[in-house]
Amino acid sequence: MDHHPTNWGRPRNDTVDPYGTYPIHQRPTNVPKDAFAAGIQHTQQPIVTGTSVLGIKFKDGIMMAADNLASYGSLARFRDIQRLHPVGEHTVLGAGGDMSDFQYIQGILDELMIDEFAAGDGHTLGPAEVHNYLSELMYARRSKMNPLWNSLLVGGFKDGKRFLAYVDLLGTTYSASTLATGYGSHIAQPLLRRAVEGREDTLTEDEARKILEQSMQVLFYRDARSLDQYQIATITAKGVNISESRKLETSWSFAEGIRGYGAQTQ
Amino acid sequence: MQHSPSVHGQPQQRQFNPYSDNGGTILAIAGANFSVIAGDTRQSEGYNIQTRYAPKVFRLTDKAVLATNGFAADGNMFVKKVRQRLEWYRHAHAKDMPLRAIARLIQTMLYARRFFPYYVYNILGGIEEDGSGAVYSFDPVGSYEREACRAAGAASSLVQPFLDNQIYFRNQTPAPGTSHPAHLPLAHVLSLVIDSFTSATERHIEVGDGLEMYVVLAKGTTALQVQDLTAIAGVTELTTTDDGERLFVVRRNLKRD
Repeated sequence: MDHHPTNWGRPRNDTVDPYGTYPIHQRPTNVPKDAFAAGIQHTQQPIVTGTSVLGIKFKDGIMMAADNLASYGSLARFRDIQRLHPVGEHTVLGAGGDMSDFQYIQGILDELMIDEFAAGDGHTLGPAEVHNYLSELMYARRSKMNPLWNSLLVGGFKDGKRFLAYVDLLGTTYSASTLATGYGSHIAQPLLRRAVEGREDTLTEDEARKILEQSMQVLFYRDARSLDQYQIATITAKGVNISESRKLETSWSFAEGIRGYGAQTQ
Repeated sequence: MQHSPSVHGQPQQRQFNPYSDNGGTILAIAGANFSVIAGDTRQSEGYNIQTRYAPKVFRLTDKAVLATNGFAADGNMFVKKVRQRLEWYRHAHAKDMPLRAIARLIQTMLYARRFFPYYVYNILGGIEEDGSGAVYSFDPVGSYEREACRAAGAASSLVQPFLDNQIYFRNQTPAPGTSHPAHLPLAHVLSLVIDSFTSATERHIEVGDGLEMYVVLAKGTTALQVQDLTAIAGVTELTTTDDGERLFVVRRNLKRD
């Protein structure tokens, strides 16, 4: 409540003083503060977060992988979240970073695809168009100092062409035959490059899946914000296929033999 | 005026940083009747290579090429807006905008964002209306000048002194009775550009992967000069108009480590 005497009997949020009735040159204000103060709350940090997304090119299209975890800090809060989202017939969007911002983006894209369908002009948006739309959206939001806190991978296949590209909260974009966001850009990207670069046109679907499985396994061993439940998206001429949730085969027996740190005294 | 937050003991806000640095280097050299505009194709952030092929040299018209370096998202958006303005100019005047007009356009577009700048160093190269080769270099808020050569970006501090020495002949004394040439021939300039980038690749971690070298030739270029160019491996001609200027791009590999 505003108890200051100069505001008695004044309508709230009155930013002007048309009659110049106030004895002090700056009366205390109770209007919302501007963007540079604490008034308008912009996203300052992600809250519920997803970790890495991986994407590679293979012979017949694009394959992507992301686990099913949405963390709340170090708490593994939601363990059945889908971070691979189909957009139309030709595209999959994978997201790391803030999950509520991701859901907001899903809503925008779903609406966009409905509008395009309703236009009924015989055109459909492919992965290149979706990626360009997202890059403009992300760049516009960063320019308002109110970013959507995500790293996104867009993968797709349309008109005989593969497409795989990245866009993040700064509006930075790039494309390559292997891409990884977040922790995966440190841990998985070198493995993916070694396995894929120069073999984009010969890798079979099974080989591509194997590469992603192994990379997700390494990530689960090393990334403390990851989960052993994950999904794989395959986008080919036949369309989009996002797998059911699958579980990684892991073995922890080697942990017995580790010495030098941890709980053991010797 | 609001009091600063710390006076009231409120938590300090960590502000979102809307900028990043994506590494790489660009370079342009003007000759008497040609211009060479080059850049590497690596895009990085910190120690991560984001991609080995992200172009930062762009054809604007058949006689103007723009190289951008700095924050890649700003660079791409800036090039997109410049191209849009050039297209509007074409629709209004049924011709391509002259180089010096593009240079002034870029300065006003950059200065329009004086208080939230495009974090980008631009170098514009091409052919003037009088047929001379030209290079214009800009700072992020629009200061610009016409020069004979300029390097910008991560390895600019390595490349620019080399260019000062080899193009402007700084700290070189001509042999008695001779003088330094005002303009260098195309073949010589091309080898300087290639050497600049192989050297920058050796000594700077953010430079490498690929080299894209655009060459603009003025009207009436001699067959010999064209031969100098087409002798190099990996040349593609990109000319689209029959105004007389010819545009080429040379793509080469740089070390990937």
